[in-house]
Amino acid sequence: MTEVFRVIRPGLLTTIQDIGRPQAVASGVPPGGAMDRFAHTAANLIVGNDRGAATLECTLSGPHLVAEGPRLVAIAGADFQPLVNGAAAPMWTGFFLSAGDQLTFGGRRAGARAYIAVAGGIVADRWLGSMSTNLMCARGGMNGRALVAGDVVSAGEPSGPLVAGRSLADGLQPRYADRILHAIPGPHFTRLHVESREALLGSTFTVSHDSNRMGYRLEGPPLEAPGDELLSFGLVAGVVQVPAGGQPILLMADHQTAGGYPMVLTVASASIPVAAQLAPGDEVRFAETPIDEALRMRAAQRDVLDLLIS
Amino acid sequence: MPPQHSTVRVRVHPLGDTAVLAELGTKLDTALNTRAIALAAALKKRRDVRQAVAGHASVTVHFDPDQITHQALAAAINRLATKRPPLDEPGRLHRIPVVYDGPDLYAVALQLGLSTHQVIELHGRPIYRVFLVGFVPGWAYLGPLPDELALPRRPVPRTQVPAGSVAIAGHQTGIYPLVSPGGWHLIGRTSVKLFLPDSDPPSLFRAGDRVKFFSVGE
Repeated sequence: MTEVFRVIRPGLLTTIQDIGRPQAVASGVPPGGAMDRFAHTAANLIVGNDRGAATLECTLSGPHLVAEGPRLVAIAGADFQPLVNGAAAPMWTGFFLSAGDQLTFGGRRAGARAYIAVAGGIVADRWLGSMSTNLMCARGGMNGRALVAGDVVSAGEPSGPLVAGRSLADGLQPRYADRILHAIPGPHFTRLHVESREALLGSTFTVSHDSNRMGYRLEGPPLEAPGDELLSFGLVAGVVQVPAGGQPILLMADHQTAGGYPMVLTVASASIPVAAQLAPGDEVRFAETPIDEALRMRAAQRDVLDLLIS
Repeated sequence: MPPQHSTVRVRVHPLGDTAVLAELGTKLDTALNTRAIALAAALKKRRDVRQAVAGHASVTVHFDPDQITHQALAAAINRLATKRPPLDEPGRLHRIPVVYDGPDLYAVALQLGLSTHQVIELHGRPIYRVFLVGFVPGWAYLGPLPDELALPRRPVPRTQVPAGSVAIAGHQTGIYPLVSPGGWHLIGRTSVKLFLPDSDPPSLFRAGDRVKFFSVGE
């Protein structure tokens, strides 16, 4: 384990994330992990890491980091205009930092979450099998909290040869800007009034400012899903729930593990990265998609990531 | 008369492309919950299943769509669900001391037409079952609550319920493990810690456990 970054400014919310702790949901602990698994995985594969290695997830703004030694890094996901010593640095591409290099960000151009991967993988507190930061439980990652100025981020030893310049072509990156979430009707879709079904699939919703890693509140036409109170069931990321007030909630990585609100849609796994890149105030639409099509999109995404494995 | 086996038929709904909700029933029922927990345990042993979590009367299943289709998984779930469920072995028994001085105790008694003493006595009488652990870390849905204590949730949830609050709603009772918002009626409090972040698993209660409350002074 070696120190790789010193934090000068942490950015709005920068946390250490890997692929989470899915087995912990039986204890009510959110599965957690990187919100945009595509960008997280791509950044890892570009620097030669395993898909599940920990990265820095930077929310809405990037940090100011100083490299403590030479390292191969990659940045993927949201475009916050990365800069090395003031000069534009590439995204979705591996490059070397030398000791003392300043990694900063010019500002948010698109997306909500950028991932910084380091060859060897970031090493931090492990909790219930994962280094992902859980802010509510104050466990995992950097002492269970977001990065703060003065923190030192460490990484493991890279296992393979370090190759700079490995890259994901523009055309193969997710189409974040589409802001269309492919979704499959959920178990309680038919509880919705016909007008509410049309509103859910035909309207534009705005991601509320009351949105975070647990879930997004969506502002739009209120939906009516009347019926008896449901017994509680296990939830998954991507589920769209309709609570009594009628404003849908899209569950994300740190979602509550069980609940009883009607589940009217589930976002296709291939569209979760698009959802992860939505910022408060962004508009989004749902497109009803057959399961077979969702599976094809999922397979296509995996094929793209496989191109990054040499 | 429908054939007997149709009563155990499980409705399997897609939850996106990599999960399903297997619904065994729609009633708060100990036998259904026992079957859900057994089904989740059986599904977890399968190589094509990544995670299976029992709800009150359902199982949420994450699976690997490269190994099995939705249809084949639904068939496998129905096969597993028709097997005779294992005997409901009594889960671990937790005895939980409660100071019955919750902010809603008096209002609950008034609404139910009972004395506060009767509310306390009725709440402490059954041995409750842990139907499921979830919602927030360490929270457990316990029940069934005696009919005499059944009340709808508070119309306006509290934004902050103190950790350790003992609460009731509908035919269920529970303990808030962490400070969180909540719409249940607060009738008491306990010093027992339900969320144990440095243990694995980090929850005191597990699905299928049993819980008995007893009244204590300060």
